[in-house]
Amino acid sequence: MAFDKMELRDIEVWDGNFAAAQALRQCQIDVVSAYPITPSTPIVEGYSKFLADNYIEGEFVMVESEHAAMSGCIGASAAGGRVATATSSQGFALMVETLYQASGMRLPIILNVVNRALAAPLNVNGDHGDMYLGRDSGWIQLDAYSPQEAYDLNFIAFRVAEDHEIRLPAMVHQDGFMTSHTAQGVHTMDDDTAYSFVGDFKPMNDMLDFEHPVTHGVQTEEDWHYEHKARQHNDLMTKVPTKIEEAFAAFEKLTGRKYNQVEKYDMDDADVAVVCMGTSVETAREVASEMREKGIKAGVVGLRVVRPFPFMEIAAALKDIKAIAALDRSSPNGAAGMLFNEIAGALFNTDSKALLTGYVYGLGGRDLTKKHLTDLYTELQANVDAGKVLTPLQQFIGVRGPKLAFL
Amino acid sequence: MANTGWDEFEIGAMLRTFEGEAGDTVGTLQEDRNYTQNSSFSASVADWRIEKPVFNKDFCIDCQFCWVYCPDISIISRDKKMIGIDMDHCKGCGICVEVCPTNPKSLLMFPEQADEESEIANWPAKETKEK
Repeated sequence: MAFDKMELRDIEVWDGNFAAAQALRQCQIDVVSAYPITPSTPIVEGYSKFLADNYIEGEFVMVESEHAAMSGCIGASAAGGRVATATSSQGFALMVETLYQASGMRLPIILNVVNRALAAPLNVNGDHGDMYLGRDSGWIQLDAYSPQEAYDLNFIAFRVAEDHEIRLPAMVHQDGFMTSHTAQGVHTMDDDTAYSFVGDFKPMNDMLDFEHPVTHGVQTEEDWHYEHKARQHNDLMTKVPTKIEEAFAAFEKLTGRKYNQVEKYDMDDADVAVVCMGTSVETAREVASEMREKGIKAGVVGLRVVRPFPFMEIAAALKDIKAIAALDRSSPNGAAGMLFNEIAGALFNTDSKALLTGYVYGLGGRDLTKKHLTDLYTELQANVDAGKVLTPLQQFIGVRGPKLAFL
Repeated sequence: MANTGWDEFEIGAMLRTFEGEAGDTVGTLQEDRNYTQNSSFSASVADWRIEKPVFNKDFCIDCQFCWVYCPDISIISRDKKMIGIDMDHCKGCGICVEVCPTNPKSLLMFPEQADEESEIANWPAKETKEK
């Protein structure tokens, strides 16, 4: 069965969802098993439309829940297909049980997660609560800040995940609405070039290899479980970062677009830095440039790879910084924020004397404005000038009511 | 196998059924197949059982009911003749005894430690039905 190729302009005006759907089409996904949820629905809807219009040779499986969606992906992937789906928020939460199955079974499924707040109260807008929920699940997590990156990172995710030395599932994150529903210019690859980057799917221990029958999803108790989990962690810590770097390099060679595990902006001579993820990185970059005009040497660090956490790279990026703000867009609910803790851990045994503060912001789609970031950089500079942290270690940005700060 | 480290096995929660290629395995008998050590067929679960079926071939009519109904494929039948029971995989559920149509039954349940020869020697007599 032949399928048609699509003529694309060099630059198309796409939102993050459509960019991801186009990437799934160009990767020629064999099976998408999906259940719709705002704001990720247009990704799987897009795949379904491309399939109906004969731009893809594949299968779209409509299921009854996100738990079933990921279960369908697991079955299709174990059977030997190239598999992807998309979800958000509550759907992601319902998938969690199967996320651990997918990674433990070493199945290279790609999950587009359009980040959205977790209820209650119910909310369809973007924050990183769902992304944080997945961070111990054994998946690779890549974060896109724009539609262009949502497009590009899908190809990179397939290339890394499907490598036979890796064989781990990967999530491509983008911010709900701010990225997923905001149309921007996206530099495209033609269908043949895009497909050549990921190549034909190479199955491994697939169930449809009848000459080598296998049982997938076996049970192991105290005699074997620990070894499997240790192997998975080892591969995430030692093999994945190298493969990601190789994929980034190959992608730059192909398209000229350069990605890094830790994205640095104006960091070379910076005194103060904001570390954040998602669309906030772009806002912070703009504000950092404005702070430079005011005499504050401001920089931005964006986390491109959330898991495996680039421990050494983040320590290197921040080693000469005098004051650091870690911005978490998810309520830690009774602790310091994840980024605060990870950065503290990365810097603790180094010579860094940085003053580290944590900020919680943007829950449920609350805007992070340039004014917020201007005030934040000013606060960091005041810490540098005083030689100590003048504020509590954890503050909430942009929440109504009395100032909220802890620690 | 039991002593291999985290870096010595194939990745994934995956086990192989046969050593090498399956080939025409479907056309062979279980005892002739090249099962791996990981296959359930290679493992004995006899210690799960507290009661066992004993087979008395003197009354068996080879109807194959027990072979059809056994949920663990533990009735061994060759050329449609009942041979015995796979005691490595039988869980002692008693379904084979329940479906056995002969009088007396050709299969009866006994405690796991019962002696097979003496139980067969003392097999119950045919029940007479009152007309």
